[in-house]
Amino acid sequence: MTVISTDTGFSRRDMLKGGGALIVGFNLAGIPGAALAARGDVAGPPDPNAIDTWIAVHADNTATVYFGKCELGQGNTTGMLQIAAEELDFSMSQISAARLDTNVTPNQGATSSSSSIERGGPQLRAAAAEARRALLQRASLRLGVQINSLVVNDGVVSVEGEGDFRSVKYGDLLGDKPFNVKFTGAAPLKPANRYKLVGARVARVDLPGKMSGRYELVHHLRAPGMLHGRVVLPRGQRAFGAGAKPLSIDENSIKHIPTARVIRKGDFVGVVAEQEWDAVKAAQALKVTWQDAPELPGNANLFTQMRGQKTIDTVIANRGDIAKGFAGTAHERSSAYFCPYQGHLPFGPNCALADVRPDGAVVRSSTQDVYNARAMLARVLNMPADKVRVQYYEGSGTFGRSCYEDAAQAAAIMSQAIGRPVRVQYMRWDEHGWDNYGPAHLAEVRAAVDAHGKLVAYEYHGWQHGWTVTSTILDIALQKPGVERASGSASITVNPMSTGSMYIVPNRRVISHAVPMEGYLRGAALRSPLDLSFAFASEQTIDELAYALKMDPFEFRRRNIGDKRWLGVLEAAANAASWKPRVMASSLSSDEVVRGRGIGLGTHHVSYGAAVADIEVNRRTGAIVATHLYGALDCGLAVNPALVETQIIGQMIQSVSRVLKEEVLFDQRGVTSLDWNSYPVLRFAEHPAVTPIVVQRIDEPATGAGEEVMGATVAAIANAFFDATGVRLRQYPMTPERVRAALAART
Amino acid sequence: MTDSFKLKVNGREQAVSVSPDTPLLYVLMNELALRGPRFGCGLAQCGSCSVLVDGVEVRACVTPVSNVAGKAVTTLEGLPALYAEQKRLPQPPALHPLSQAFVDQQAPQCGYCFNGMTIKAAELLAQNPKPTEAQIRSHMDGHICRCGTYPLILKAIQLASIRMAGDVR
Ligand code: FES
Ligand code: FES
Repeated sequence: MTVISTDTGFSRRDMLKGGGALIVGFNLAGIPGAALAARGDVAGPPDPNAIDTWIAVHADNTATVYFGKCELGQGNTTGMLQIAAEELDFSMSQISAARLDTNVTPNQGATSSSSSIERGGPQLRAAAAEARRALLQRASLRLGVQINSLVVNDGVVSVEGEGDFRSVKYGDLLGDKPFNVKFTGAAPLKPANRYKLVGARVARVDLPGKMSGRYELVHHLRAPGMLHGRVVLPRGQRAFGAGAKPLSIDENSIKHIPTARVIRKGDFVGVVAEQEWDAVKAAQALKVTWQDAPELPGNANLFTQMRGQKTIDTVIANRGDIAKGFAGTAHERSSAYFCPYQGHLPFGPNCALADVRPDGAVVRSSTQDVYNARAMLARVLNMPADKVRVQYYEGSGTFGRSCYEDAAQAAAIMSQAIGRPVRVQYMRWDEHGWDNYGPAHLAEVRAAVDAHGKLVAYEYHGWQHGWTVTSTILDIALQKPGVERASGSASITVNPMSTGSMYIVPNRRVISHAVPMEGYLRGAALRSPLDLSFAFASEQTIDELAYALKMDPFEFRRRNIGDKRWLGVLEAAANAASWKPRVMASSLSSDEVVRGRGIGLGTHHVSYGAAVADIEVNRRTGAIVATHLYGALDCGLAVNPALVETQIIGQMIQSVSRVLKEEVLFDQRGVTSLDWNSYPVLRFAEHPAVTPIVVQRIDEPATGAGEEVMGATVAAIANAFFDATGVRLRQYPMTPERVRAALAART
Repeated sequence: MTDSFKLKVNGREQAVSVSPDTPLLYVLMNELALRGPRFGCGLAQCGSCSVLVDGVEVRACVTPVSNVAGKAVTTLEGLPALYAEQKRLPQPPALHPLSQAFVDQQAPQCGYCFNGMTIKAAELLAQNPKPTEAQIRSHMDGHICRCGTYPLILKAIQLASIRMAGDVR
């Protein structure tokens, strides 16, 4: 079983069919017999109300499913195929997924917020159920028995209790012909207690190909007549809104490189060459004088500037009476927390291949949203969207909005200018320096308990700027200022789920202070957006109250939780770690290397995460090593628990990297984190053991599983640091320098 | 200025015409259309581009093609055959035991880093068939995985080490 391609190459035919001019007003469901032959011939999205948009059953008794959520290395394709195969009663080996393609696959929105299985899954499931019902209706006629006496196994319909005596294959009932059935959503779904595939530990369908080196990634695509392109940008982005304006370009500086050519559009500068190495050299050699940009705060001034900025404030949560709540409590703790910009930085920098001709364009990209990519490409190319076809090819794990749109737009611009296909790969410094970073965050948290150990008041103030809706290359090519998603309350705000929602607190207030993005770095959603920062601040405050009460932090949380699912993950993580009740920092040692254990909770929007962390701190060098992490995740129905376990492992390792190591450095001029040395990440020798725990809830809807245990991990590590040293670190990454400074300040 | 080079890649002699300073990586990806070695940083920092040259892991992104003329280059695609040669097996397996262990452990996420991980681990197990955990950690330390799969890679290498001990030689 493989992921099949619905096309045969980068042919002229694709180009023309991408144009939508050949067949106008064609309706998939409306023309019998033509639907499958025509798949891909017109610009999408195809009609979501036709079953044929979602599923095709072939004569060899296999099926292809068409959905709009892509494989990002999270096992999404496998999970979606499990859902479809379950509902259709096919085996996994009989079913495959079509490549995402704006001419072929339905528009299910972006693959983000771990929403694929949660939101994309039910739609696909309902379509599969409806397809099954249509197939059973045909089988009922063919076999001359009532539908309710039919059973299906591996795509073979037979009469219950008769074995194979009377049977017919799905493939023989439909055999590559269209269903011509409307997607009503009314077909009955299989009850959870009859699941065979959903909830099972099905192996990833993409891994054998990936491990052998046969799997085709976007980076592998080549086309006849293709040129290699590279972008030319200042090393390290400048202030958001300032773009990158070339004042002069000295084309003589690349004269010595054969076939290299400069391509410009607006403020966009790129180079193309016949040989990839020549394009790489030319992009580095080209002398460009860039206009000065306005000053950035730099890391040194970042938080002072954010705190002093005029902000748009929104009350995110407000319960009880905060002033009264804080009056006369037994213990109150308050502090400020400082959290860095961090990068997506896919391991393989983004890449795209574009073939743009006057009558249409085909762009192959690892975008998380083919339809949004198409809309932006249409703007950049000044073409109607239905003349642009975007096809998804996997890149490397992106964790949100890295530079994939930029690579696609750069390739398209250069292909349009030169009239040949162009492949663009970002260089490491392009990807590091021009990412849409996860924004920095400043928190001021205050919380209080009564003498019985009950939380009575909680207040969270958070400062951050928002996300971009445009992309760097589009902005500079069209000479338009970058656009922030929205300002004020519609921008990215403090997430109420991550800031105390897990506890029963009679008086709770959460306030978001939206800083304008202008004059800072370009921001975008980075896996579990800002939840790591929220949890770092919020869960340390909670831990401080437990400490003030001389209480075990697990027990303190347990007593203040009201929801059984929060309690479930907390207990699952604690049990896995054999948590022993104790007061934090109650056995401090003066050894050079000291040990600590901490606990924390966190989420994204839905699902429930808890973590326990064991760490070691070298008090002389300041180095922190996470030795063992235990992470529990309740994501409702776990469609494939094995996939959820690997997601937990990946999240926890990445969280260690983010809380201990990762910080985008920038001065007043621009970003200076341009590679893996200037932006270190967790390395192989430093990685902790991870024990993942899936809290399976077969009767709850499936919710996200790709981000929800990251906040808890960061919190547990921060709390473990206090346990080991008796000192709180209120800024991350928790680098050796910061650790040494914090320890020195105490003694 | 282009020169002609005779390369021996995965047991096959191949001639390419490129400028001598071209990094081996670009030749493998473009001239020879291989899918194993891939660009990650171009700076010898990440291990994405790794290949074996005479059995030793090198970073193809910073190795000029002129340096490997006449040497045996093995990429991910060539590992099963190299393994068969090392173990004197009658046939190369479909997947190198390491690749099989990565599948069995469901180790990869995006899988992009696994070219380098497999090459580096193959180098290790050829030198040291029964490495300790500490030896695996230090040997693999120059290879980054952005998706956080290190714990599963570690387990898979241990599994492959056990399985490979059972293969003939
Ligand atoms: S691409 Fe060669 S080491 Fe990173
Ligand atoms: S699996 Fe994605 S970089 Fe390692």
